[in-house]
Amino acid sequence: MQVIKFGKAAALVVAFGVVVGCSSKGGDTSGAVDPNAGYGAGSNGAGMDNGMNSEEAALRAITTFYFEYDSSELKPEAMRALDVHAKDLKSAGNRVVLEGHTDERGTREYNMALGERRAASVQRYLVLQGVSPAQLELVSYGEEKPAAMGSTEEAMAQNRRVELRK
Amino acid sequence: MKRLTHVLVGLVALCFTQLLLAQGAIEITRGTDKATPIAVVPFGWQGSAPLPEDMADITANDLRNSGMFAPIPRGNMLSYPTRDSEINARDWRMIGADYVVVGQVSATGADAFSLTYSLYNVVREQVVLARSISGTRTQLRDIAHHLSDEVFKELTGIQGAFNTKLLYVAAERFSVDNTRYTLQRSDYDGARAVTLLQSREPILSPSYSPDGERIAYVSFESRRPEIYIHYIRTGRRERISSFEGLNGAPSWSPDGTRLAFVLSRDGNPEIYVMDLASKQLRRVTNHFAIDTEPTWMGNDTLVFTSDRGGRPQIYKQNLSSGNTERLTFVGNYNANAKLSVDGRTMVMVHRQEGYRNFQIATQDLERGNLRVLTETSLDESPTVSPNGVMLIYATRQQGRGVLMLVSTNGRARSVIPTQFNDLRVPSWSPYLP
Repeated sequence: MQVIKFGKAAALVVAFGVVVGCSSKGGDTSGAVDPNAGYGAGSNGAGMDNGMNSEEAALRAITTFYFEYDSSELKPEAMRALDVHAKDLKSAGNRVVLEGHTDERGTREYNMALGERRAASVQRYLVLQGVSPAQLELVSYGEEKPAAMGSTEEAMAQNRRVELRK
Repeated sequence: MKRLTHVLVGLVALCFTQLLLAQGAIEITRGTDKATPIAVVPFGWQGSAPLPEDMADITANDLRNSGMFAPIPRGNMLSYPTRDSEINARDWRMIGADYVVVGQVSATGADAFSLTYSLYNVVREQVVLARSISGTRTQLRDIAHHLSDEVFKELTGIQGAFNTKLLYVAAERFSVDNTRYTLQRSDYDGARAVTLLQSREPILSPSYSPDGERIAYVSFESRRPEIYIHYIRTGRRERISSFEGLNGAPSWSPDGTRLAFVLSRDGNPEIYVMDLASKQLRRVTNHFAIDTEPTWMGNDTLVFTSDRGGRPQIYKQNLSSGNTERLTFVGNYNANAKLSVDGRTMVMVHRQEGYRNFQIATQDLERGNLRVLTETSLDESPTVSPNGVMLIYATRQQGRGVLMLVSTNGRARSVIPTQFNDLRVPSWSPYLP
């Protein structure tokens, strides 16, 4: 739920960024969502006043990546966000945790393996972008930590995910 | 006087049933048919205060849970004898009882109780068993389960498994990031739950050692999965596996000397066996697919789930020869296999081709035929009683996890009563001393 909201907020931020053309300082809050980003009020004249930068901030705000049922294949939108995270990770050299999750269908231990497969798929992508494997810790929670409760298609779609945690 | 009481009981029978349900007695969701009708008559008790446990009711529930007996409701009984000399065979023939269990409880000391009971064959008009069982006040449930075991053994020839325990995990979710997980140990029927472990992080896959004294489980308490062995009596814990990646699905060898589990330290989930004395690890599977949920078939063969064929199916691998064989061919999802003690029947999570439901099915390992046992839809984690007569599995009802008990003959079904909102991963103990 929250993540979806983040996504919407991010989209708004991008829209504002493009239309108003105001500045934002990407990268300064280590990936946390800055609700004021793109509104220009807090600009301290550091330059780089362009829409690209705001889009990057919006992508940086995306830290949850969703998957199709029984799949560990990355979606294109996840890749775009991961490109930004890869850039950050390479420059900062910090360590992050990739948490793999599944929906409730299937057995718990099999889902534990499936969650790891998803986290590994994100890891592989980041490593291909030049991130050191030592910066990436994989933890699968399988179906044990659902983001949304319930057995609806919508809830299950939100639970099939990898979360990037600092 | 007895008759009078009976009439009253008969009148309030409906209310009484309601009351029992409200108090958390086993909820019957499906009746039994063709099971042997047996009457477990309320036991006599002369004490001033009522006993804390309705022992005859516990025994009747036990027998019903086996799917082999149909206990006669108290409201239908025409008399309430408490010793075999008081039994009038005609009373029981009239209501169709094949057997009658009568008994009386007496206090034999400050905290000592004794149940003297008789099992009566109505057709032959003959006492077939007359014994007494004693214990303390806190053991009244044990006495009742013990009685069930003796009656069950006498009438079926099968060792009873009513004096066994159940492990499961209860989850209480307060918010997205705040859930309390507890490892519970209760009687097999859900009564007398005791918390063995509490954590803010998931606890998974508890499994009883064959001697009934230790438990292996996965705990995320350090925010990553680790396998522990927990000594029930002392509460001492030993962390035995904490490798990078998955540490999961622990399963004890029947001789209790080894533990099979899953590690992904080599890149993807593989099955390993640890010798518990030397802590030496041996890798069993070697495949780029997911290999998980090992369970033992004797001391030299592992049965496990693998998606090496594209979909999760059950395989077995001999530890000495390394020979691997696929066991399931029906359905597009077969996982989490458990074997009956005689090794002839496999129980597993099964999804039929073209269906969305995950159900519990049994497969005869000699003939290969498969039978779907459950009627619910997100069924998982089957665990079989040590005598193979009953099984318990986890499923979902109105969005919460519940444990269901079914007899393997399919006749008895009930929800295990609990004070918790969300239950999962049941594990049945072996026979306990």
